Amino acid sequence: MKTVSLTIDGKKIRAREGEKVLWAALDNGIYIPNLCALHDALEPFAACRLCFVEVEGKKQPVTACTEAVEQGMVVNTRGPGALRLARTAFELLVASLPVDCAHCPSSGSCELQKIAAHLSIKLKTKRFRKLLRELPIDYSSPLFIYDPNKCVLCGRCVWICRERLGIGTLGFAHRGFDRLVTTFGSEPISESKCLDCGECVVACPTGALAFKDRQGIKSGLGKGG
Amino acid sequence: MKTTGLQSVVSTFREIKSRAESQWQELCNSGKPVVMVGAATCGRAAGALGVIRAIKDEVKKHKLDCPVVEVGCMGHCYAEPIVIISKPGYPPICYGHVNKVIAERLIREFILGDDPCLEFVLGALEANELVPSLSDFPRARFEKKIILKNCGHIDPEQIEHYLANGGYTALVKALQMPPEVIINEVGRSGLRGRGGAGFPTGQKWEICRNAPGRPKYVICNGDEGDPGAFMDRAILESDPHSVIEGMIIAGYAIGARYGYIYVRAEYPLAVHRVRIALRQARKLNLLGKNILGSDFSFDIRLFQGSGAFVCGEETALIASLEGEPGIPHHRPPYPATDGLYGKPTLINNVKTLAYIRHIIDNGAEWFASTGTEESKGTAVFALAGKIVNTGLVEVPMGTTLRQVIFDVGSGMQNGKRFKAVQIGGPSGGCLPESALDLPIDFDSLTDAGAMMGSGGMIVLDEDDCMVEIARYFLEFTQRESCGQCTFCRLGTKQMLEVLDEITKGQGRIEDIDMLSRLAEDIKAGSLCGLGKTAPNPVLSTLRHFRDEYEAHIKEGRCPALMCRDLIAYYIIPEKCERSCDACVGSCTTEAISANKKRIKVIDQEKCVKCGTCLSACPPQYNAVVRLSPPSEVPASK
Repeated sequence: MKTVSLTIDGKKIRAREGEKVLWAALDNGIYIPNLCALHDALEPFAACRLCFVEVEGKKQPVTACTEAVEQGMVVNTRGPGALRLARTAFELLVASLPVDCAHCPSSGSCELQKIAAHLSIKLKTKRFRKLLRELPIDYSSPLFIYDPNKCVLCGRCVWICRERLGIGTLGFAHRGFDRLVTTFGSEPISESKCLDCGECVVACPTGALAFKDRQGIKSGLGKGG
Repeated sequence: MKTTGLQSVVSTFREIKSRAESQWQELCNSGKPVVMVGAATCGRAAGALGVIRAIKDEVKKHKLDCPVVEVGCMGHCYAEPIVIISKPGYPPICYGHVNKVIAERLIREFILGDDPCLEFVLGALEANELVPSLSDFPRARFEKKIILKNCGHIDPEQIEHYLANGGYTALVKALQMPPEVIINEVGRSGLRGRGGAGFPTGQKWEICRNAPGRPKYVICNGDEGDPGAFMDRAILESDPHSVIEGMIIAGYAIGARYGYIYVRAEYPLAVHRVRIALRQARKLNLLGKNILGSDFSFDIRLFQGSGAFVCGEETALIASLEGEPGIPHHRPPYPATDGLYGKPTLINNVKTLAYIRHIIDNGAEWFASTGTEESKGTAVFALAGKIVNTGLVEVPMGTTLRQVIFDVGSGMQNGKRFKAVQIGGPSGGCLPESALDLPIDFDSLTDAGAMMGSGGMIVLDEDDCMVEIARYFLEFTQRESCGQCTFCRLGTKQMLEVLDEITKGQGRIEDIDMLSRLAEDIKAGSLCGLGKTAPNPVLSTLRHFRDEYEAHIKEGRCPALMCRDLIAYYIIPEKCERSCDACVGSCTTEAISANKKRIKVIDQEKCVKCGTCLSACPPQYNAVVRLSPPSEVPASK
């Protein structure tokens, strides 16, 4: 396999030709905030807009998930332009989420907490208006709870359910601010074709999909039974 | 291409063309009077179908031998319905604002009798001794019609009309040229994409031709969605073959076999006429297998978009064509290399494709001789808003905004003062009076904070609040955002919330900074063109009309007296006429009563600010006024 060498944050690394910068960085222990990225997906979704990096020779910051590595490329994940965009995107996300870590089952494993720490910003933004959607929570599945209010629309669950498992219980509905992940016809999950495999819960970076029984993860249910 | 094939192309076409020409001669020069009625959507909205019916009835009643032809839009939309009568012995005369009664009179008095009814004339189509011609209009000095030339003068449902007016000659010429030469010709002409971004067309064609992968596709983007823009609709409705011919030439040049015309389903007439045009072109073998006997085959299918604005974005359009949700993808890869079904796809706007035949027919130099250094050719604009002559115009690039608005468009309605012009739709911006002498081209508009966009031009006057205009456009993009990426879904929503608050007088001064910072981030960070340009209306109004934002926030005052929460209606006692009760009767909430001196007073508690009293008050009194902020209303005694 052909490889190229590049520098990310001063660290010289090698990566497979055609690999995206995001994966090259993550594989080498360099964290770049991301929510929607899935290594196995054919095309990057590029939807969360958190993985901005600065590449030498490019005027504007670019998303690491869409930028292919190149020989001799110099990437800075902590440039001011990239951080500004990542922070704005992240603040926009949390401004539309009911942030309540103390009572959230995903606290501790939540990627939003990790990203907030990485970008050194608080989960409670003062800059933007709080825009909550107040959607009903779906408790119907025996295995997990789906709280669309905590969803960041990264699409990981949709991809896993549809593309990898070929089930297609979850999908996107509506547009703009009303866009949400839901079942066909927005029926309760228990009445959909959900097989309760729990893969979507494992994939969810936030507390939108959470096991009812936190032990569920350990007992192996979360790994597809 | 083999020479034998070429000979057959030329001879087959000669036959088709001569048949079409004799049909056209039969219509125009057979000594019969001919009535043409503008029946594009603009004409129909003004009542053209009723006019056609009245004319046909009248023709039948008097047993006249007089063909009645439906044509497209001439661009004078303000004067619709338009009727053009060609009667031997007279120049072809164009009548404006025709209704059923006028139509009947025209038939009776002009066609049956000999009175050309000069009181209804808009202008003659050619110079003559009898009536002023349209070319004597001040706008004619600035207009240069290339792609609008046929519009309104031929029946779009008859391919023969197009053929008799020079149609498909460019295709025949192109079939005799090597594809590389065609691309070179388009490249040298300097034509840039008319969909908004202004990418060099020749370059796009070349990339697509050189891209590996087969089959290749040509897509015509007719998903025109900007509020106030109707250029593509008018062209598809008035001269659909010009677009089809452009597509066939494009297909030949890049090596494609199939094409799609993507038209929004909200344009039923355009859909109808394109469908007819495709059928007729196929029948004459101008489309389909072995076009005109050559070894080049190309066919076009019509696809109707289902109403999402974002589907005008090329990657979303392709997704929609593939049957997927109309959601944009990250670029690169660009459609030119990786488009429909992952194959190289050339996607051009309606107008871009309509220019192609003229460039092939007349050469690159001819096209490049019009326009500015960086933007060649003409620009088509849809004039809308508070302008006298709403409609379509085509002017050379480099014409100034002032010439387009005041000379071509005849200036402002009702003698109001010009305030701004919104160019480029929701992706564009508002330019103030100081920008009026700007020569219009792709780059100058972008530098000024607006954008060529697809060509919508909405003229605003002193009664339009710029904060409200920005809010309106943002509400539009917010609603039309696909919701995929964070910046567009949540960023525009945040901006809209803030603008909402400002128009209600609840804004804070720090909001202005927040808005402009967030707007910059949305521009830099969004996934697709819709998000990247969505903040433009806000950024341009902040740049040119910051004082209006500040008046809303600091003084709770709307300088244009438009924002409902920041105004109050007031009756000036000195002007109020004791004997008149017009406003009292008009008020929907019984908020107006007369005091002891019979002077009318508005109860501000009850008033819902609908404004009917303002329209009801007779102009000789003009006693009702709007005041902003509402605290300006004097306390009642």
